[in-house]
Amino acid sequence: MTFLSYLISGISLGSIYAIIALGYTMVYGIAKMLNFAHGDVIMVGGYMSFIAMINFGWPPLLSVLFAILVCTVLGILIEQLAYKPLRSAPPLAVLITAIGVSYFLQNAALLIFSANPKSYSSIIPFDSLRLFNGQLIISGTTIVTIIACIVIIWTLNTIVNKTKIGKAMRAVSEDKEAAQLMGISVNKTISVTFAIGSALAAVAGVLLCSAYPILMPTTGAMPGIKAFTAAVFGGIGSIPGAFLGGILLGIIEILGKAYVSTQLSDAIVFAVLIIILLVKPTGLLGKKTLVKV
Amino acid sequence: MRGLRLRSNIDNLLTYGLVIVAYIVMRLLIAGGNISSALQGQLVPITAYIVMAVSLNLTVGVLGELSLGHAGFMSVGAFSGVITATLLTDTIPTTWLRLALAMLVGSLIAAIFGFLIGIPVLRLQGDYLAIVTLAFGEIIKNVMNTIYLGYDKNGIRISMESANALKLDEGGKVILNGPMGAIGITKLSSFNAGFVLILITLFIVLNLINSKSGRAIKAVRDDKIAAESVGISVWRYRMMAFVTSATLAGAAGALYALNYTTVVARKFDFNTSILILVFVVLGGMGNIRGSIIAATVLTVLPEVLRAFNEVRMLVYAIILILVMLVRNNVTLRQLFQKIGIKRRNSLANNKEGDDA
Amino acid sequence: MNSEIKKTKMVPLPSQSIIPERDIAQKPILEVSRLGINFGGLAAVEDFNIAVGPTEICGIIGPNGAGKTTIFNLLTKVYQPTSGAILLDGQDTSNMNTVQINQAGIARTFQNIRLFPSLSVEDNVKIGLHNQIGYNMVSGIFRLPAFFSGERRARKRVMELLDIFDMTHLASHRAGSLPYGAQRRLELIRALATNPKLLLLDEPAAGMNPSETEELMSNIEKIRDSFQIAIMLIEHDMRLVMGICEGIAVINYGKIIAKGTPEEIQKNPLVIEAYLGKKKGKIHVKRDRDPGLLQ
Repeated sequence: MTFLSYLISGISLGSIYAIIALGYTMVYGIAKMLNFAHGDVIMVGGYMSFIAMINFGWPPLLSVLFAILVCTVLGILIEQLAYKPLRSAPPLAVLITAIGVSYFLQNAALLIFSANPKSYSSIIPFDSLRLFNGQLIISGTTIVTIIACIVIIWTLNTIVNKTKIGKAMRAVSEDKEAAQLMGISVNKTISVTFAIGSALAAVAGVLLCSAYPILMPTTGAMPGIKAFTAAVFGGIGSIPGAFLGGILLGIIEILGKAYVSTQLSDAIVFAVLIIILLVKPTGLLGKKTLVKV
Repeated sequence: MRGLRLRSNIDNLLTYGLVIVAYIVMRLLIAGGNISSALQGQLVPITAYIVMAVSLNLTVGVLGELSLGHAGFMSVGAFSGVITATLLTDTIPTTWLRLALAMLVGSLIAAIFGFLIGIPVLRLQGDYLAIVTLAFGEIIKNVMNTIYLGYDKNGIRISMESANALKLDEGGKVILNGPMGAIGITKLSSFNAGFVLILITLFIVLNLINSKSGRAIKAVRDDKIAAESVGISVWRYRMMAFVTSATLAGAAGALYALNYTTVVARKFDFNTSILILVFVVLGGMGNIRGSIIAATVLTVLPEVLRAFNEVRMLVYAIILILVMLVRNNVTLRQLFQKIGIKRRNSLANNKEGDDA
Repeated sequence: MNSEIKKTKMVPLPSQSIIPERDIAQKPILEVSRLGINFGGLAAVEDFNIAVGPTEICGIIGPNGAGKTTIFNLLTKVYQPTSGAILLDGQDTSNMNTVQINQAGIARTFQNIRLFPSLSVEDNVKIGLHNQIGYNMVSGIFRLPAFFSGERRARKRVMELLDIFDMTHLASHRAGSLPYGAQRRLELIRALATNPKLLLLDEPAAGMNPSETEELMSNIEKIRDSFQIAIMLIEHDMRLVMGICEGIAVINYGKIIAKGTPEEIQKNPLVIEAYLGKKKGKIHVKRDRDPGLLQ
């Protein structure tokens, strides 16, 4: 029974990773860059919903919408100001810029909100579910997180595969120049991708803080890197891959914590990343590409 | 046609000259009592950071790959250096010799780590390589946090559980105390030692860059496929740059750690790696002299300007973004040139591929 | 310059033959049999057979996308062949990688010039000499005598090589800042610096005007004559191919459709068809045809 409860918390944590991983995987697939700052947008989402609830006294749902709005705008701003001018720059320059943005968000938050952790109260109003005579307790947050993840993945998959903007995304991801020649606005498509990714980061931020109620300027950094691991695990650029990778990574982390070592659980997750990149760099559901000479 | 070679020789001499003059000036200031004790306390860290920045520049600027785990090698060097120095306390009473041996061992262990980590890491490139070096950096930090190591007359003992699990005899000494880090360190480092380490680092890095091997490393950076087509082993030269970089970081780590009485693994985390990266980026990728200047200025500035200390991390972030934007965006670059910031004279000066 | 060079002729081979039948005394420098590669089930190159004499200039022509560059990539192991054998100077290359292939004696240029753009012209050529410069990392760092003598010799050789193409005055320029034509020449010099037995040139005349092409043609012959090496080139400029190649292979859809001397190739109906499409009442012009052949 304890194993089952570990498994469920693994899936719950994994669901959060999956939602964050979507942002990485879409941006990587379409703009071909590792948006290092994605994890810190999560943190911004956490703070925004916190402020809306505590300082403004808004109801939870409205607070979440507020966080989504702020993060979406932030995501577009970051893309326009920092990444767009570097569209034709070498990848190293883009990556360093992204690290700079990440660092900027963390330290701006540090100045504004201070390093003192805020204790976040879960926004999810449901009671825990008790099964097997109370032997297995599943919290409302866990249930909502898992459901939210499934809904988001399904919606996003539909958008990418069934809608016009989704088609544009797939086209840009295949070949920017060709897409441009077909009349697709590459810049607009990339902006939309960042907007969606950042909106999801806000949702992930709220869920993350509800499950692990400590909010600090560095809250998003680690989950961000782990979610990137999840995206690579599932196959970068693949939406079902992000889901699969996220869930698996969540389970690995929780089981590692429970059965191996609490202190080494992060190390285990990173070891997973290293092994995947070496053994199957395209991930579980990724495609192989050939270098053109 | 001699111009380029001559310029690179003069450039190298300027770099050595700068370091030597800075050292003499500092010595004079210290002798005259014209330097705050806070700044004096920063002298050894500054020299360690300079070595870190110069060595990271070898990977980032010369090899063209982003390493986000450079502090990990510093950590390995720091802890193995501390262990060496502590174990040799009775055997070798001469302070400078013990320090030199500690730095040597620190750099050798870091070299071994660099090689072992390099095997998987250097199969990757670009974003993936960067994220994996980050992962290794974090793994090193996490693992260091769980190691307990001590010694008594029966020898060295290691545990992953607690200091008590070491079961040391009376008179035994704990060197590594898990998350508490290395404790009870005898302070061995000095500004002089740091100065010598910088000179050694410059000697190795500048001579390497300006030799056949350095040319091959730069060739690999510019175009891997072309490099292979003219018979240059990409793996070999990437490894050479990566291991040399790790080795020097190890020595810097030992120097840094032996300047304090305790040192924790958290000190060598991702933030430190980023800090070093800021030095390299601001000084100019591939520009060794730039790294030295940037590391010094950015470490001294918070000491001099208290107000700056609060916002310094934010400023570092902005530096990273701005330098990249100005260097890589044509419109922005022209704008900056128009308002009179000459690239050659600015701190952000970056002669891509050329070495100073 | 030696006027007594024995020019070996490439003989057309039936595509089934594994060991090429040659009616010449000299051993070929390159023998390729049944070379092939699949990309995702699609045969990009199939059953490619060729033999090149030690001082032969031979050309590979064919429409765009026919697999010409892929052949170069297979010969230099940028791609691993899925089938076939490559013998270089009688030596099996199946276990070699790109680096070892170069050391064994194949050097190449690239269709979209691949220089080391941030390095000087001199350094670009020195990198070509890398494996002939005899000192190691330690001598380099500690500036031992081997370093100085090695660098001095390398520099002398660089200048000799640059001199062939009148480029010594550009030695200290950044390779990336050179004009297009000079970049092409530099890439060729860098390949020559590795001391090859066989030089592969991928569209050496691309982007050149007729007078530059004329100069290139004489340069290619000059290289062959003075270095005594074989040259294999991919080219769309028919004047160049017909003018300097002794043997020509025409490929389409990854397969050789004709081999022979320039005269034979020009008359071959299969070649005309590949370039212009089948005659069905009127000439059906294929989209990817090459305009140069029948000029």
